[in-house]
Amino acid sequence: MVSDPPTKAVPAVAIENLRFQYGDKQVLHDISLDIPSREITAFIGPSGCGKSTLLRCINRINDRIPGARVSGGSIRVAGIDISRPDLDLQMLRRRVGMVFQKWNPFPKSIYDNVAYGLRIHGKKSGTEIDERVEHCLRRVALWDDVKDRLKASAFGLSGGQQQRLCIARTIATKPDIILMDEPCSALDPLSTLKVEELLLELKQDYTIIIVTHNLAQASRCSDKTAFFYLGKLIEHGPTGRIFTTPQVQQTEAYVSGAFG
Amino acid sequence: MENPEQLIRKGVHHDGLKEGLVKAFLGSLTWGIVIVALLLFGRICWDGVPVLVKPDFPFIDVAFLTEKTETLHVFDDANAERHSLPASEYYQWVDEHGADAVFNAQTYSYSGGGIAGPIVGTALLTLLSIILALFFGVAAAIYLSEYAKQGRFINLVRLAILNLAGVPSIVFGLFGFAVFVLVAPVFTDVPSDRSLFAIPLGFTWLSFQGWNSSLIAGSATLACMMLPVIITASEESLRAVPQGFREASLALGATRWHTIRKCVLPFAMPGILTSSVLSLARAAGETAPIMFTAAVAAKDDFPWEGVSGPLGVLQSQVQALPYHIYTLAARIPTSEYTQRAQYGSVFVFLLMIFMFSTLSIVLRNRVRSKLKW
Ligand SMILES: Nc1ncnc2c1ncn2[C@@H]1O[C@H](COP(=O)(O)OP(=O)(O)OP(=O)(O)O)[C@@H](O)[C@H]1O
Ligand SMILES: [Mg+2]
Repeated sequence: MVSDPPTKAVPAVAIENLRFQYGDKQVLHDISLDIPSREITAFIGPSGCGKSTLLRCINRINDRIPGARVSGGSIRVAGIDISRPDLDLQMLRRRVGMVFQKWNPFPKSIYDNVAYGLRIHGKKSGTEIDERVEHCLRRVALWDDVKDRLKASAFGLSGGQQQRLCIARTIATKPDIILMDEPCSALDPLSTLKVEELLLELKQDYTIIIVTHNLAQASRCSDKTAFFYLGKLIEHGPTGRIFTTPQVQQTEAYVSGAFG
Repeated sequence: MENPEQLIRKGVHHDGLKEGLVKAFLGSLTWGIVIVALLLFGRICWDGVPVLVKPDFPFIDVAFLTEKTETLHVFDDANAERHSLPASEYYQWVDEHGADAVFNAQTYSYSGGGIAGPIVGTALLTLLSIILALFFGVAAAIYLSEYAKQGRFINLVRLAILNLAGVPSIVFGLFGFAVFVLVAPVFTDVPSDRSLFAIPLGFTWLSFQGWNSSLIAGSATLACMMLPVIITASEESLRAVPQGFREASLALGATRWHTIRKCVLPFAMPGILTSSVLSLARAAGETAPIMFTAAVAAKDDFPWEGVSGPLGVLQSQVQALPYHIYTLAARIPTSEYTQRAQYGSVFVFLLMIFMFSTLSIVLRNRVRSKLKW
């Protein structure tokens, strides 16, 4: 594995020798990777190489899959090992938000979708929630489209709007890190562009990890790129370098479109 | 193409004939079933409608629906005029005219008055049993689908529950009799002699002496009968809620229980209710489970009359439509007078079941159009 020297500051996420298996099938092999704060890190690699699995380890949402377990190594979020038995799982997930590949707003109103997380975390006052909902919807450039129908079902929005609503729902609880699993794979190019603009805007406040199959997207909007192959981290570093002068032959083949 | 002549049929066309025969055979079977069903419903309506419908306003025999069951007295008066009066009116008549004015008196039990008792009894039984069955059934379904560690053991449990659905209703009746009527625990100041055992609690006793034949025992038995279907259907409805909602909710920092309450149950509820109403319609029609546990053939009061508080209602026995029909049809001598009550009861009962089924279908359609993912 080839990597750049680690950055000085405490990384937002520090992954060390992580091994992970579904039942007896090992899908992640000794992954070590630091994810710097307030940057966009892209995970790329062919299908089935374990990108989603790694992402889902970071907020421990994989816990709910029977037989899935970390069999070695550790993940630290802001310096805290997230496998500690005394970890507050709800708090971890509040600090590490997640946006899914298939947009999945709840079958509730637009307002209730964004307010969902706020209500979980004990916000009761109406005006406080109102303000936060408006702020988040503005942030994802959805406010002008939906301000007149906040009480309407979220299912009435277009796919791209629904995905942006999901992003608004995620940032409503003020996470530090946002995990995104192929957030644009089901969107048209225009909506994709809008989400990308949003990412670049959000990166001032959030650490973002994005899994993508769209290499152009990775090169357009990420600061760091990590290339995975068959459950191993092959190479990672600044996006420009990975795409222009990759040092491992497999990476070069992948980013030039020769396989994958 | 080689030899295009193949495309042209020669000789007799056997395939067409075969197709026609198959179609006719399957069609005649289907229509046969439909005709039998129509005859059945037609007969019930033919006999039942005259009882319930009147030629003049309000066109429905309200008394039949709202009056208690009474014994019918049929007799001639001094002028050889024939009277048929329910017991209460008969005694009034005798008071006025004297017992000497009655000739050729005959009585027909259960044939006078209305069927309010059985209607009320069946309504209470179904209401209470569905509440019990939903509570326990949904709780079990949530555990099975959301909490239990999936594996061979849980599948075995599922299989057992599924098999329970096939157990004959008379077996549930006997089970209910053995458990709820005879040994279920009650709080009492004085444990009865036949109490299995009693635990002193200081101020009172927890005595395992059963609930006797009562509304609550019958409802519990019916609930047991409905449980397998409700658990299975609820679990299916829960699983039909996309995993995405659960993950989204958990990823926002919600606890598992919060996720189930806010993001799973509300969206599964319509499906659960629909299937529950269907199983309710079945349970409402059962005679065997309530025969030993709740139902009586004759009862002068409504369940809430002459009792102290809601607990007393639960402890009282009730009449029930299916049992009433069974009594009328098979346990007393039939006559033109009993037939009126019998056909009327069947017709009303059928209407009630029809209402349940319609309700469940309307519910399902409304929800299907509202919730889609
Ligand atoms: N729930 C599961 N149970 C068992 N194996 C799984 C499960 N989920 C994923 N896998 C396996 O783990 C490996 C990695 O899957 P993962 O979804 O992480 O890949 P990915 O890189 O995200 O692929 P894609 O780009 O297609 O989304 C695959 O071989 C997959 O078959
Ligand atoms: Mg994936």
